[in-house]
This record gives sequence, structure tokens and C-alpha cells, in this order.
Amino acid sequence: MTTPGVRAAAGDVPAIRARAAWIRKRSLRMVHDARQGHPGGDLSAADILATIYFGVLRYDPRDPRNPARDRFVMSKGHATGSLYAVLAAAGFFPEADLETYMQPGSKLNGHPNREYLPGVETNTGPLGHGLPVGVGIAIAGQIDAADYRVFVLTGDGELQEGSMWEAAMLAGHRGLANLTVIVDRNRLQQGAGTEETNALEPLADKWRAFGWDVVEVDGHDVAALLEALDGARQARPRCVIARTVKGRGVSFMADDVKWHHGVPTTPQLEQALAELDAAEMAR
Amino acid sequence: MNVMAPEQFDCRDAYARTLEDLAAADPRIVAVVNDSVGSSKLTGFRRRFPERLVNVGIAEQNMVSVGAGLANGSKIAFVSGASCFLTARALEQIKADVVYSNTNVKLCGISSGVAYGELGPTHHSIEDIAWLRAMRGLTILVPADPWQTAEAIKAAARIEGPMFIRVSRMPVPELSRADRRFEIGRAERLRAGGDATIIAMGTMVHRALAAAEALAAEGIDAQVLNMATIAPLDEEAIAAAAARGPIVTVEEHVVRGGLGGAVAEWVATHHPVRMRILGFPGFLPTGSAAWLMERYGLTADGIAAAVRDVLDR
Repeated sequence: MTTPGVRAAAGDVPAIRARAAWIRKRSLRMVHDARQGHPGGDLSAADILATIYFGVLRYDPRDPRNPARDRFVMSKGHATGSLYAVLAAAGFFPEADLETYMQPGSKLNGHPNREYLPGVETNTGPLGHGLPVGVGIAIAGQIDAADYRVFVLTGDGELQEGSMWEAAMLAGHRGLANLTVIVDRNRLQQGAGTEETNALEPLADKWRAFGWDVVEVDGHDVAALLEALDGARQARPRCVIARTVKGRGVSFMADDVKWHHGVPTTPQLEQALAELDAAEMAR
Repeated sequence: MNVMAPEQFDCRDAYARTLEDLAAADPRIVAVVNDSVGSSKLTGFRRRFPERLVNVGIAEQNMVSVGAGLANGSKIAFVSGASCFLTARALEQIKADVVYSNTNVKLCGISSGVAYGELGPTHHSIEDIAWLRAMRGLTILVPADPWQTAEAIKAAARIEGPMFIRVSRMPVPELSRADRRFEIGRAERLRAGGDATIIAMGTMVHRALAAAEALAAEGIDAQVLNMATIAPLDEEAIAAAAARGPIVTVEEHVVRGGLGGAVAEWVATHHPVRMRILGFPGFLPTGSAAWLMERYGLTADGIAAAVRDVLDR
């Protein structure tokens, strides 16, 4: 078994931030051009995805199914704008493919398909699937005493699915120290806030009660995410509750439920891109 | 009482024995269960390979997804649970994580059909073929006896891709066959005959053979096909049957969407012939498996009557 050779230099915070800014802009253009997508969740997850792919995950985009790779599972499979952008940035497929997002016959379906696209571990879209599959991968690693780690990014509304807690219970029971789940805690689901819909809080207590270590961080703070995702002393499954803002980085999208699957007009896209550029310049 | 009655077998034993043999030779093989170690007859597997027996507890959705994850981690996952819960409770996991994701997961539906008899329709698994058959890409195997069960499990371990194997607990005899060869996608012709064809699966195959024997005594020559693969269907065998005459299908399953439905789809669009589809009408009244079979004509007599009927005799 060969060991994957590619790993971004962990801790290079400015580079990861630049990747995140690019993912935000690219995903917004994809949603604008496709006239559909989930921009709110794309933007809330951008810093997490950039941190994972450019600061944490060990993989080789030329050998995407290398058995020794770390696995990243996108449980919130609707946020394909930012997922595809980060996979292209990481070298799994040409950036030009992003132009085909949701076009007829495209490999870039509205929800990811592992048969079409290298780098996708499992076909998600229906909620509540990514964590259970991630637990299965982690169990395989546990049986083999393998070195690889498994990361799952879940939405917060998705935690209303019972299958997530079936998986969480088993991961705690088996003490899967190779497993980390990141909750994109933007507090909004499709129709309304999570707390008014079917409250998740006290969320950290729930994960602890299921046998997990819990870390709460600002999900837009790359340095904090890097620290939270460092598995050096991990003895149990870890839940990183990443406090995020849905639509983060664009003033008129931020924390507004209508941008769950809203599509920006061309002037709105231009304004969004200008705001993101200005924020980058100011840093 | 028939003193010549052949010995009857529970196909779960062949399933479990074969899986243990395979696991001894191949470290990639794992079993995933939902607190169903005993009912899947996997106590021996657990004793021999404890680290490869993954018990998720009573959580079928998680069981199927964990199987898909294990496959991602290079394992050959035999996901084993009562067929009623495995296929119905976890249907979206089967669709998204196993079939659509094209993972190397072997779904083993244990105690399928009406084996749980008096426990009632919640525990019967007589809709499973219908809802699984809609998903192209899932191989569906319904072995008819212990030998074929063992062959199906060996093929499942050998051939990459998603599969469903229906493993019955209903006692069945070992079928006598001239040619002991198992091939996925190939119907097994157990008896030749030119007047009509009986196409059966699983527990119904030996009954179909008994029906053909009885019909032969009346001068009706019925061919008997054991359709152990429901998907992909052996269309050549159906074409040959339709060219011969009427077809009677028989299955321990509802009459909508199962074996009969699969055969009828082909027959109606390629070579219309008269058909009878034998199976259960829907949710069933309280009764033992044997009583239910009797009540709905899933017996040698019932099958023979259907053949006479379709031949207008």
C-alpha cells in the first residue's frame, strides 16, 4: 500500500484564506450561471472546506481512491457549489469543468456522484447519509488499524435526521478516534431557523452524551479550525461545532434564510463578488 | 404420510457456513448485523472473526450505510438482517449509498417471504423484490436450496458490485440437478416440457417441480425454470418459454412487481403469451407460513391448477 504523497502545508493560514475566498466567488458564479444551487450553505462551508483540503486532508488527486487516503465525506450534499470548487482547486478535475455545473449531461450534478467525479467518496443529497457512511469507513480503518482519518461535514438542520444519531451512537460506542465530524452550525435550515423548527440545542451536550469529544469554534476562523481538526491527541470521535453564518461574506445574503437556494441576479452577483474582493484586499 | 419425503434444509445454515468459509480465506469479508447475529446464524462467524462482525444494534438505516462505508474502506460487506426491516426501513440507504453509489455491498435479506407467519405483515417480506427491482444496477438473487444459496454467496463475494440475496428460513429440499452450475443472470432449467412453462423462485421451486410431476401424470408437459436471478433477468430463457406456450410464475411475494411482474414486462412487450401470476395479494391474515401458502394456492396443487387454467384444460 502506497502512502498518498500530497499534503498541503498545515497552518498556512493566509493561503487557506485565499482558497476560501476563491471558493466563495467561484461557487457564486456557478450558482448564478446554473440558475440554481444552494449559495447560503456554499458560503457558510467555504472556510471549512478550504481548511480541510488545504490544511488537513492527506490525498493524491491523481490517485483519488488510494486506500491509504484520508476521507472527506460531504454529508450536506446540496452544497455542491463550494464542494466542486474545492475539489477542482485541489486538482481532482479541471477547473474548466466547473463551467458545466448542472448543465445537461454534466458530471457536476446538483448533488455529488462518485462515479462521475474523482474525489467524491459517496453519493449524498438526501440528508442523514454522510455521517453513517463515514462511520462505516472509520470502522474499516479501525479493523485494519489503518492510519487514515475520516472527516464528515454535516449541516446543522441535517441533525434532525434520526440516521445521524444512529451513526453518532455507534461511533461513540466503538470509540472511533479516526473520525471527526464538523457541524456547519449556521442555525438556518431550508425554511427557517433550526431552533424554531426543531431545536438542536444543547447541541454540544447531545454529542457528549453520545460519547464524543466536542470542540466549538468560529467556523470562519481558519487558525481555529486547523487546531480543532488536528487529530494528534484524538482518543474518541470528535465533533467540531463550527459556528458559521449562512451566506457569509455577502452582505445581502448573510443570515437570511431565503438564500438557502436563492439565485443571485447578475447585478447581485457583481455586488457579491465586489464585496468579497474588497474583504480580501482589506485583510 | 409420505415416507419418501426428502430431508428439508434451512438455507440460513448454508449462508452462514459459506460466509465463514469465505471469511477464513479472505480478510476483506465482514458481516454487518442489526442485533441479528442469531437470526442470521452468525454466531459461528462471530466466534471465529469477532473483529469482523460489526453489530450496529437495532438500526437498519445505519447498518446499510455502515456497510457502504466499509466497502469504501476496501471491505466486502455482507449486510445481514431480517429482510422486512433491511429492505423497507433502509430503502433510501440502499438506493443512495449502495446502488446509486455503486458500492460493493451484499445485502442479505434473511427470513424473507412469509417465514415469520403468525407475526404478521410487519414481519413478512413479500414486497422486497418489487421495491428493489426498480433500481437498476442492483443484482437480485433468490436461491432455491442450500446448494444454490452457497453458490450465490460465493458469487456475491467474488463479483464486485451491489447485490441483494434473499435467504429463506423456510425448510426446502435440496434440488436434484444434472448440471450443478450457478451463473448470475442465468435461469436454471430443472425440467423440460413443451406445453407450458412454470417460472419459480426460491421456496416455490420445489413446489413447481411437484406440480409438473402431477401434470405429467395427466399428460401435460410443463417446463420448470428456477429463476434464481431476478435482476438482471434471463430474457433468453423467457423468450424460449414464450415461444413454447403459456407461462405461470410463482413466488413467495406479492403479485405486483416481483418475479411475475418482471416476466410479464418482458412478455407483454416482446412476445405476448397467456400468463398466470401466483403470489400473495397483499397484507395477509394471521396464520402460519404453511397455512398462508395453502390459503393462497402457493402449493403444488395450486400451481398445477394454474397451469391447467392457463391451458384451458
